[in-house]
Amino acid sequence: MTLPQSRPLTPEPVAATPAPRPTAVALLRHELAKPLLALAALLVLDFIFVPGFFTLQVRDGHLYGPLIDIVNRAAPLMLAALGMTLVIATRGIDISVGAVVALSGTMAAMLIGGTMVIHNGVPEYVAKTPMALALAAALGAAVLCGAWNGLLVAGLKLQPIVATLILMVAGRGLAQLLTDGQIVTVYYQPFFFLGSGYLLGIPFALWVVAAVLLVVALLLKKTALGLFIQAVGINPVAARLAGVRTAALIFFVYVFCSACAGLAGLMIASNIKSADANNAGLLLELDAILAVTLGGTSLAGGKFSLAGSMIGALIIQTLTYTIYSLGVPPEVNMVVKSIVVFAVCLSQSAGFKKMWKGRA
Amino acid sequence: MEQPVKAARPVLELNGIHKAFPGVKALADAGLRLYPGEVHTLMGQNGAGKSTLIKVLTGVYTPDAGTILLDGRPVSPASTLEAQQLGISTVYQEVNLCPNLSVAENIFIGRYPRKLFGIDWQAMRRDAEVLLRQLEIDIDVTAPLSRYPLAIQQMVAISRALNISAKVLILDEPTSSLDEAEVQLLFRVLRRLREQGMAILFVTHFLEQTYAISDRITVMRNGEREGEYACSELSRLALVNKMVGAPATPEPAEAAQHAARVLHNEPLLTTRGLARKGVLTPVDITIHKGELLGLAGLLGSGRTELARLLFGADKADAGAITVDGKESVFGTPREAIAAGIAFCSEDRKHEGAILSLSVRENLILALQAKAGMLRAIPLKRQQQLATDYVKWLGIKTASIETPIGTLSGGNQQKVLLARWLATEPKLLILDEPTRGIDVRAKQEIMDYVTNLCRKGLSILFISSELPEVLRCSDRMVVMRDRKACGEYLRGQLDEQSVLQVIAGEGA
Repeated sequence: MTLPQSRPLTPEPVAATPAPRPTAVALLRHELAKPLLALAALLVLDFIFVPGFFTLQVRDGHLYGPLIDIVNRAAPLMLAALGMTLVIATRGIDISVGAVVALSGTMAAMLIGGTMVIHNGVPEYVAKTPMALALAAALGAAVLCGAWNGLLVAGLKLQPIVATLILMVAGRGLAQLLTDGQIVTVYYQPFFFLGSGYLLGIPFALWVVAAVLLVVALLLKKTALGLFIQAVGINPVAARLAGVRTAALIFFVYVFCSACAGLAGLMIASNIKSADANNAGLLLELDAILAVTLGGTSLAGGKFSLAGSMIGALIIQTLTYTIYSLGVPPEVNMVVKSIVVFAVCLSQSAGFKKMWKGRA
Repeated sequence: MEQPVKAARPVLELNGIHKAFPGVKALADAGLRLYPGEVHTLMGQNGAGKSTLIKVLTGVYTPDAGTILLDGRPVSPASTLEAQQLGISTVYQEVNLCPNLSVAENIFIGRYPRKLFGIDWQAMRRDAEVLLRQLEIDIDVTAPLSRYPLAIQQMVAISRALNISAKVLILDEPTSSLDEAEVQLLFRVLRRLREQGMAILFVTHFLEQTYAISDRITVMRNGEREGEYACSELSRLALVNKMVGAPATPEPAEAAQHAARVLHNEPLLTTRGLARKGVLTPVDITIHKGELLGLAGLLGSGRTELARLLFGADKADAGAITVDGKESVFGTPREAIAAGIAFCSEDRKHEGAILSLSVRENLILALQAKAGMLRAIPLKRQQQLATDYVKWLGIKTASIETPIGTLSGGNQQKVLLARWLATEPKLLILDEPTRGIDVRAKQEIMDYVTNLCRKGLSILFISSELPEVLRCSDRMVVMRDRKACGEYLRGQLDEQSVLQVIAGEGA
């Protein structure tokens, strides 16, 4: 083996091999194939059994239709799933998402409150606190929640599920304390735009989700965030020895996850025009984890797929919609949901595959 | 158990055991003879095949060839359970019991004494007390196991093993987490069992303890049985000699010239009283520019510990490191990398490779971390780097996008070497870079390393294989008992004296 003489430590350049072209089989093996197929199957079911499922109408310059409705309602879950994906990729989990939703919604609702006054015959909406300030405060609280989680996990090395369990209880508790357990109603019209407004004919909530998704996608594309998150998720010790700031990275994903949850909380509060500390975002963390799993990201950390998680969130919302439209009694909802989830999880299970092959 | 006399026939005999793993020959013609009523120590360096042999013996691995005779009858245990039923019990390094169950439950777990309805708790308690008293242990057997120190837990593990079967007892590094008094307690128990005619196989790294307890020693090297010796007839020096291998081949003149030259180079790195409590006593070393400094010593001598302090993997609590005239103590690997230090860990699987990431991603990871998260290396450049190194180091992989976990050990090691070379370090620390990989890859890696050194890179080279260290090093530091205890220039290098220092005899 002769060494190149020019540069002492780097080898001489060699032509890079081009990436192989995807084939049909490779496409089926693609990580998104299964979640997409599951979503497509649900949509086909809806197409057959729900009349007018695919109709889109323009009313008052706004897009209407079951599809838009599903996507719109899925928006908070998509946000939560986005944050959860990064947390899970680092081998963590955040079960305080629902509590953060409740807390941020409560803070925003209480700070804004609002009344309508007739001023010179023109109705005017007055907020207790300027809305921008109130929203910033609510999101700030969410970020603080994330910092708390991050500190416990990255700093004190608590197990993620235990660390975030603390906030899961405390966050909702704090929200209930703030509201005395009552529902806080908001009367300030501009606040409703976030959850039920339209921009260019499309629900504003979707723009928000798209914006956050875009920012994260850009971060993953333009920086080494994705590589580092995967490295930390697969082998934290090796990642640290390679120079990755593992603690800072883990801290960041928890902050980001809570920020997403905070934003989802604002969306939900705005949509229902009030803050319900008892029920807002209840069990949202579990739906988010489910969405991430359905999207093909392993709870063992490492490889993750943002697109998969988004599809996962859509599967969950479409399923709920389908169950209601088929006239299945709502009390059956949970059971049906669990069966579908079980089926999808089975299809991803290595152990099940082995059993299946062993039989065949 | 009634006959405390030494039997003429071995209770256990392993012959011609072969076992290969993809890319590595772990055992080649390995063997072992164990007589009733003896403590027999299995010695060898890391990677010599000790644990593989134990695993073959206890049914974890199936050997590719060879025979196991128990009481003269051939056996082939297919699982640890089967081995236990045959009469071969193992107590592992990490006690594998249930800390929150009681002592008695731990001894009888899975085999609770029964009465008509349910478990006979009283009988279980009584039997547990009897068993432990045989080992001269008098404790409350109804208390949870976790209440007792590790040594007692180990005794419980031993009584469990004894209760299951009582022909052969294997202790795999039982003393590595025990303090001196606890070791003595363990030895007392072992001597007692020996008197009762038990055959005990003891695996350890500690020379001291080997001589304190063993009757005979089997030395393994490179997966082979090097020899079987009576403990009284083998000096420590001879033992270390046999573990470490044949004397080095005569050195080429060019290497000697290089060694003499680099001594006059300015120092790249010096440490002053670098230490960490319980890990390393103060160490002063200097590494010159372009020098290959060998670090020799047995496992636990402090060589890896020193490397980890130099790299900031662990933080030193005293002393300082000066790199290129700048003094500092590294709190994280990141700081050390920024100062131009690279560290190839001895534990490739847990501290090196990120198994499900691709060769390319593994290769650029350290460089990317050094550049910072926000300054992403363009994909084109990543591919170029990966392709270049794959070609240059002769890494055998289907493509640069193949997960590193699918590569053989030697090729994984080359990728990790490339990971660090890509950061263009000033000092490369290689901790056992050739462990667990095949001979060819070993030779190739050592060739790259020495060549890099000739081109101005400083290297700190740690290896358990003394001949390898002697052959490559410009200078060598020997470590023992967590301190540096000898420094040798090339040319002064005398294998016997190095061995003496390693073994702690004379010097």
